[in-house]
Amino acid sequence: MAINLYYYASPATFYQLSGKLIPWFGWSAAILTLIGLYISFFVAPTDFQQGEAYRIIFIHVPAAWMSMFIYLVMAFWGAIGLAFKTRLSFMMSRALAPTGALFTFVALWTGALWGKPMWGAWWVWDARLTSELILLFLYIGIMALWAAIDDPQRGDRAGALLTLVGAINVPIIYFSVKWWNTLHQGASIKPSGTSMHEAMLAGMLIMAFAAWFYTIAVALYRVRTLIIERERNSEWVKALTGK
Amino acid sequence: MKPRHKKLLLIGIGLAGIGLISALVLNAFRSNLVFFFSPTQVARGEAPTAKAFRIGGLVEVGSVKRQPDGINVRFVVTDTAKSIPVVYQGILPDLFKEGKGVVAEGKLGPDGLFTATQVLAKHDENYMPPEAAHAVEQAQKSQKTLVTE
Amino acid sequence: MKWAGFSQFWAMGGYGLYVWGSFFVTFAVIILEVYLLKKGRVQTLKLLKRMRNFENEA
Repeated sequence: MAINLYYYASPATFYQLSGKLIPWFGWSAAILTLIGLYISFFVAPTDFQQGEAYRIIFIHVPAAWMSMFIYLVMAFWGAIGLAFKTRLSFMMSRALAPTGALFTFVALWTGALWGKPMWGAWWVWDARLTSELILLFLYIGIMALWAAIDDPQRGDRAGALLTLVGAINVPIIYFSVKWWNTLHQGASIKPSGTSMHEAMLAGMLIMAFAAWFYTIAVALYRVRTLIIERERNSEWVKALTGK
Repeated sequence: MKPRHKKLLLIGIGLAGIGLISALVLNAFRSNLVFFFSPTQVARGEAPTAKAFRIGGLVEVGSVKRQPDGINVRFVVTDTAKSIPVVYQGILPDLFKEGKGVVAEGKLGPDGLFTATQVLAKHDENYMPPEAAHAVEQAQKSQKTLVTE
Repeated sequence: MKWAGFSQFWAMGGYGLYVWGSFFVTFAVIILEVYLLKKGRVQTLKLLKRMRNFENEA
């Protein structure tokens, strides 16, 4: 088992394997998005309070989930990298950050467009919105740090440390609506049950899975580019990039 | 100084900086963590009544009165225990309705009237079609009559 | 069919600007990300190839 893991943790093997996986994840994401969009606009009924405006939820909630989840995965890879000095884990962390920042931006953007007609404000400084904005700054800060440090190994470690420190923000975002008075409503999906109509819930979950597969495809694509950049002096990359 | 020590020092400085930033963020954050105060909290004197603050609760059913001038609107914010009368001048959000959640920002006058400069609607996390909402309402009503009987 | 025609679909019950503003911007940034990824990879491969050529000549 251990030998097997090391086998897949070697950048050369991983490069080959991920190349085969990307189309599968990419096409799954595209198909799920089409199904999700169809449910979002043609199956899910009009909401009793918010009319058609609530349809923003089909983008907003999956994006907000991904923004937090990707951060946790980045922190996980960063911790693995720091603990076991595995090159590939740091690269995974780096490959995820731009997509995490993208979903954070989307969550904030769609939230503003949803808040204006429903709440009456594009933006308020409540705990949920503020902590999500801090998440965007964290993503940008971590990427800036990586860009600022020329030595890849040093950059890896510094970025991983910052990622781990910032991870405390994720539970704050998630529980903010529970811990404090916020304008943002509570979670619709809780361990005690779901306060959503089935078709609405189905649309939201399918869009969330689409976002997942998209993230995996994009992160693998990015990590492959990172691998050949970092391993450019190894024999296998030399063979790959040609005579 | 050995390069290794220098590196450690740099990491230490970086961490201290990050710690400082997070402390500052959290501190700035804390003053805003309480987004609004309930009428009960205001009655208990927990709200900073000297400056503008926000109150939150439900719009009392039957309390919304548009003034004859057509600009001002009056309503009562309640948390069922205590309530605060509010006067507001401006556009109300689409979800502003009697019996629904509301957050109003403004100042509390000495007469106990809250003059709002902004009114926001706070909705709940339930999403369903109107028919389902109607069915839920009916079920709750019949349950109530059963209890009172 | 839920919608009685395209104009009704487009209007989204009066919230068209907000709903479509959300969906279009989201797909725009996703398309941008995929474009930048492809571009980045092509550039990296070009750079590595140039390095190889340089080494081979040297």
